Formats: sequence, C-alpha cells, structure tokens
Amino acid sequence: MRSCLVVDDSKVIRRVARRILEELDFTIEEAVDGKDALTQCEREMPDVVLLDWNMPVMDGLEFLKAIRSMSNVRQPIVVFCTTENDMSHIRTAMEAGADEYIMKPFDREIIEAKFAQVGLM
Amino acid sequence: MKPQDFEFLSKLLKRRSGLMLNPDKVYLLESRLTPLARRMGMEGLDALVEELRRTGSETLTRDVTEAMTTNESFFFRDRTPFDLFRDQVLPALKKRRAATRKIRIWCAACSTGQEPYSLAFIFKEQEFQWRDWTIEIIGTDLSRSVLDKARSGLYSQFEVQRGLPIKLLMKYFNQDGDVWELSEEIRKMVTFREFNLLDSFAPLGKFDVVYCRNVLIYFDQATKTNVLERVREVMPSDGTLFLGAAETVLGITDRFRPVRGQRGMYLPSDATDEVMAAVVA
Ligand SMILES: C[S@@+](CC[C@H](N)C(=O)[O-])C[C@H]1O[C@@H](n2cnc3c(N)ncnc32)[C@H](O)[C@@H]1O
Repeated sequence: MRSCLVVDDSKVIRRVARRILEELDFTIEEAVDGKDALTQCEREMPDVVLLDWNMPVMDGLEFLKAIRSMSNVRQPIVVFCTTENDMSHIRTAMEAGADEYIMKPFDREIIEAKFAQVGLM
Repeated sequence: MKPQDFEFLSKLLKRRSGLMLNPDKVYLLESRLTPLARRMGMEGLDALVEELRRTGSETLTRDVTEAMTTNESFFFRDRTPFDLFRDQVLPALKKRRAATRKIRIWCAACSTGQEPYSLAFIFKEQEFQWRDWTIEIIGTDLSRSVLDKARSGLYSQFEVQRGLPIKLLMKYFNQDGDVWELSEEIRKMVTFREFNLLDSFAPLGKFDVVYCRNVLIYFDQATKTNVLERVREVMPSDGTLFLGAAETVLGITDRFRPVRGQRGMYLPSDATDEVMAAVVA
C-alpha cells in the first residue's frame, strides 16, 4: 500500500481527502501545516504529499521548496490541492517542483485522475 | 406518465437517434424533458407529447432528441485508448502512410470535444514529427449544442481537471476567471460537424482511426451491429477502432476483432498479421 500525507489546515478537507484516498488504497497521515508536514517527512517520507497552499506557520510552497532542497532522501510526489486557481500560482508551484496541481473544490474523480497522471494508480 | 406516451416517445427516440429506452427509464424522460417543456412555455411533459403528436414539429423533435442524449466526456478518458494511440497506433501508421503522409481520424460521437482535442494534444506534443504531414481530426455528434461548446473550446475548472495533465493546461489554455479557453492552435486542428450515426457514412470519406466511444451503449443490439459494420466500411484493413470501456465487438459483429492485451482497441478481422503484430501487447 502506498502512503499519502495530507497537508491542510482545514480538518474538514483532511477528512474528505482521507476518505477518498483510503478508498483508493492509500494509508494516510495528516499534517496541519507545512512545518508539521516537514517534521513528519523527516521522520518517514510518504510516497505522495497532497498539499494545500495557504496555511499558518509554513505554507505549502515553502514546504515544497524545503522538501525539494533536501538531498539524500527519496523525493515524494507532490500534488498541490488549493483554492489558488490562477495560472501564475500554478506556474510558481510547478517551477518549484510540484508534480500535479488540483484546484479546489475537488472530488473523488479529480483526485483519481490526477493521481493516475503522476503514475500512482 | 401514460404508457402510450412513453411508447410514443421511445419509438421516436429510437428512430431519430438509436436511443433505446426501457420502461424503467421513465424517470429519465421526465427529468430531462420536463425542463424542456417548461422552457417552451408548456405545462409539462404531457403537453409536450401532445404538441409533438399534433404538429410533428421537426424543431421540437430535434430538441427532444438532443435533450435525451448523455453528453458526459472528459479529456484522455480512460487514458489507455490515448496511450495506445500515441505509443502503438501512431508509430505504425507513420511507417505505413509514409508515401501519402496523410492520416484521417474520426471521433464519431465527440460530444463537447474533449476526445478529439486529446488527440490534437498528442500530435501537437510531437509536432516536429508531423511537420509535413496532413493530419485531419474530425469530430461529429448529432447534438448541435455540444458541437457549439466543442467549437468554442471553453471549459469549466471542473472539466479541465478531469484527465488533463496540468502541463497541458498550462501550455494550451488561457484562463478567464473560472473559464478556461483552449488555444486557437489546438482548436484549429479539429473540424466539428453535425452528423447522425444512423445516416450514411458516405459523405465523410475514409478514416485510418475511428473513436466510437460511449455511444453504442445507448443503442440496441441490431443498431450496434449496423453502426460497427458500416464503420468497417469507412476504414482500410489496416485501420483501428477504439470503443468505450463498457463496449465490445464480441457478440455484435465479426468484422472486427479485439487486440490481445490492449483494452478497447479493435482491428478489422481481415487485418494482416503484420498489422496485428505492430500493436499486440
Ligand atoms: C457520452 S457521449 C461520448 C463522448 C465521447 N465519445 C467520450 O467517450 O467521452 C455520447 C454522445 O453521443 C451522441 N450521440 C448519441 N446518439 C447519436 C447518434 N445517433 N449519432 C451521433 N451522435 C450520437 C450524444 O449526443 C453524446 O454527445
């Protein structure tokens, strides 16, 4: 089974994402912001990170840059999942090393399609 | 709904579009046609049927037929039929058509355009390979409203996220708020045309590849057979047919056979071993 770290400051979103991803056979960990996510990744690297952008303490983009600058680790697949839905944000995220990008609101089909695109299914 | 009204409508739909409606689908007629009736200022479905019976109006018949079509589609739907096209079918066609440098593709029930545009992306992404080739991608559907949308190239945020890789979105779409507009360079690669699969295919010409996906499911057995056998007539023996995930030729026609290991892909039964060998898994 593959592991997914769901990073979002909204409990509701984390719960929805967890439900969808568990049905798709992922084991789920949750993090409430970028810093929390980073700590968890240092302990154990997930296969994929589903990543919100705007969060307190450390936002998604900062997290992504931090992860991508780590050497000697197995890099996870990173899929943004955010209400930021304009081209400039998408560009910034992809240039920083994101693998895919989901614009909220999302549903099961979108998650499934995007995860398939990055070779996770 | 009165049984005789159901029978009247289901006969009309079968004749006009091939749509087969079992009596357990009464709710579908009601949910799709009641809004249409209201829009036309009628009381409800009874009045609509009454009007159709009395006038036999062509416009109304057409509106009813269109309203009963299911138009769901998305980019790179089911992925495999597009991966196979890019990785197996195209390389083989490139060799076999080296003399004419011409490829024609038909999306036979293209709905809002995602299917032919997905193929256009594939060609665009390997543009340099097809520089001096003539590539024709033709999308047809009986519904005018879906064709209007297809031509406009305007898609919602929801639509551009189902199946479309973010990199293609970045490259080939312009954003206007919640609306995403497909760029002119992709739009001009596809020709859309109104066409009913029950009509003769003769005016369309010949095709190397036919996508006839997620439309046969709405037809009865005889209509499926009839459409597929005529599809066979518009392709050479080295042509390729793609059907939807819930569709097959097995038990429907022996003019095509499945390709071992390649889901949704079919070749004419008289395709040579060489043609088959180029695509089997
Ligand atoms: C579910 S969509 C399939 C779209 C696309 N091929 C796909 O697989 O995503 C089915 C389409 O078939 C069209 N259709 C139904 N009956 C038809 C007929 N007799 N001739 C042409 N198109 C028809 C409908 O208008 C609808 O747009």
